[in-house]
Amino acid sequence: MAQLTYREAVAAGIAQEMERDETVAFIGEDVARAGGVFKATVGLFDKFGPKRVIDTPISEQAILGAAMGAAMTGMRPIAEIMFSDFLAVCWDFVANEMSKSRYMSDGQLKCPLVVRTGNGGGSRFGAQHSQSIENWAMAIPGIKVVAPSTPADVKGLLAASVRDEDPVIFFEHKSLYAIKGEVPEGEHVDTLGTAKVVRPGKDATIVALALMVPRAIQAADKLMTDHGIDVEVVDIRTLVPLDMKTISSSVAKTGRLFTVEENPRLCGWGAEIVSIVVDELFWELDGPAVRITTPHIPLPAADNLEDITIPSVDRIYSKILDVLR
Amino acid sequence: MAKKKTLKNDDIDEKKRLELYNSQYLIRVAEQRAYDLFLENLVKGTSHLSLGQEAIAAGFATAMQENDKSFCTYRGHAHTLARGASVVGVLGELMQRDCGLMRGKGGSMHLTDTSKGVMGSYAIIGAHLPMAVGSAWRAQYMGHDDVATVFFGDGTTNIGAFHEALNYAVVYKLPVVFVCENNNYMEYTPIESITAVKNPAADRASAYGLDSIIIDGNDADEVYRTAQVAYSKARSGEGPSLIECKTYRQSGHSRADPGAYRPDGELDHWKKNNDPITRYRSRLIEFGVKQKIIDGIEENIKRVVDEATEEAKSSPVPPEEILTTNVYANGGWAWRN
Ligand SMILES: Cc1ncc(C[n+]2csc(CCOP(=O)(O)OP(=O)(O)O)c2C)c(N)n1
Ligand SMILES: [Mg+2]
Repeated sequence: MAQLTYREAVAAGIAQEMERDETVAFIGEDVARAGGVFKATVGLFDKFGPKRVIDTPISEQAILGAAMGAAMTGMRPIAEIMFSDFLAVCWDFVANEMSKSRYMSDGQLKCPLVVRTGNGGGSRFGAQHSQSIENWAMAIPGIKVVAPSTPADVKGLLAASVRDEDPVIFFEHKSLYAIKGEVPEGEHVDTLGTAKVVRPGKDATIVALALMVPRAIQAADKLMTDHGIDVEVVDIRTLVPLDMKTISSSVAKTGRLFTVEENPRLCGWGAEIVSIVVDELFWELDGPAVRITTPHIPLPAADNLEDITIPSVDRIYSKILDVLR
Repeated sequence: MAKKKTLKNDDIDEKKRLELYNSQYLIRVAEQRAYDLFLENLVKGTSHLSLGQEAIAAGFATAMQENDKSFCTYRGHAHTLARGASVVGVLGELMQRDCGLMRGKGGSMHLTDTSKGVMGSYAIIGAHLPMAVGSAWRAQYMGHDDVATVFFGDGTTNIGAFHEALNYAVVYKLPVVFVCENNNYMEYTPIESITAVKNPAADRASAYGLDSIIIDGNDADEVYRTAQVAYSKARSGEGPSLIECKTYRQSGHSRADPGAYRPDGELDHWKKNNDPITRYRSRLIEFGVKQKIIDGIEENIKRVVDEATEEAKSSPVPPEEILTTNVYANGGWAWRN
């Protein structure tokens, strides 16, 4: 095991796949010589050179379009869209093109590519550089959606995404880049579509994603210490494919479901999970399923305001306590 | 060189020159203050300074009329100040205080003061070019005489919205002025390494039937003259202009960028030999402006910025109740009953 930061795990994951497969190449703005604005791709340019690690112009449509064209014709490109908010300027390629080409061509075309992007809040960057847009991606049939919470998952799921035959939107959380964690040495490949119980418990289930996972774990620990409430935390890891088996078996055991979502409330991913649980496990529930989300507002810049907007450990803790008491 | 004292004032009179200097100097001092406040850990989030690029903001704003509209990028403190927005409001927003122009809700990248014609600062590259086109369409449609100016960087010429906005503005002969501040870099990447042409804006002008205009963006007089021509063209119904201003950013791209990508000596060269403030100060003296007057301007600005700093520092953080205001037109955020 090696200790890596989340950002080092990104570079390690890309490097592992580039070493293994000549057809993997990496493009994006300021990703090569500068190592990325989040320093998540430092060292790749030196290692693989300008043919495979490429600084592009500010041309997001060209970045995703080119990645797609290359993928359709035999490469496995990784493209970076610096902040996930910017995906909106090239959303055509996500919503209409890479997600639909396999279907429209009845399987003749494929787009094995990965779009990596910095997602989420906490940096006081305001409304256009802080959003959690995993639910936008989840709403589109034909793409896969990944959002890891630990360095090990970054490396393993990134590798799995590169090897996947479908287009994957890979959400890295900006507020997690600095965290450290154990990452298996040597080749590490995880499996898309697998959630993980990251804190076992028996009284309630929290389903969380990305930055909300460590917060959910902290809230659960505090509920245990303060009130003896034993909460199980499930890290979804990939929204599509969604591992309902793991979620459902946890809910069946605890009888209570909470989702902790950073995306704004309306049509957040938790709504889908709650609706599946209500549909398939209604008689297992001992009470209402409750969503803890960012309110349905644009994100404010000011730190004191941002801190009360995105679900915090305290908010998760108090809400669960309120509901369970 | 002989002591050639008083050149005659040319097309720009002394009053205008002092205005231009005042504007540039204010931006310089306020931006330096923003940097100092960042070092004191009082600027939250990010910030993008225009140190070294002051002449462009000053030259255009000075040539504008009051109802003209400015559309800025995240690197927009300069343009906002140049239009006369309050220094407290700008510094306060950088510090995310209640006294900020947008009470801390927008942050440094989104400075807005519609009362001064600053129609916002935008942080998604390219987005505000078509918006400026729309403002110009409204002016033409409603018979208003204002012109929209949109400021953007060299890197922005490579996004589709730049090209769409230019073609659209030319097709409908709209009163909009496109100002490319070419500071040589798209973030950390030298612009020439990722652009098909040498002059990222001007070399594209012909594709849209526009004149190729390249000016010294560190000479406020040249900027001011060029702006006047573009505004009178726009106001007389002859359509848009695209102006590429050569300049250099003396600060990092954003707050924490040490600028490791700059070749050795490049920054020093620009600071020493081509600093817009130093150059303009010498010109004022060349034109016979008394040192005392220049000192007076500088002292006054330092005082204004000092006072604004103190006021911003003592302003509280925004109250929590504004978190959910102004999401919808009714002032609130409710989306269900
Ligand atoms: C659509 C989009 N892509 C990328 C970015 C990230 N980004 C912010 S500033 C910048 C560089 C802009 O360079 P330039 O247009 O030259 O302006 P400058 O910062 O030099 O003033 C980039 C790539 C962004 N904000 N929006
Ligand atoms: Mg630039």
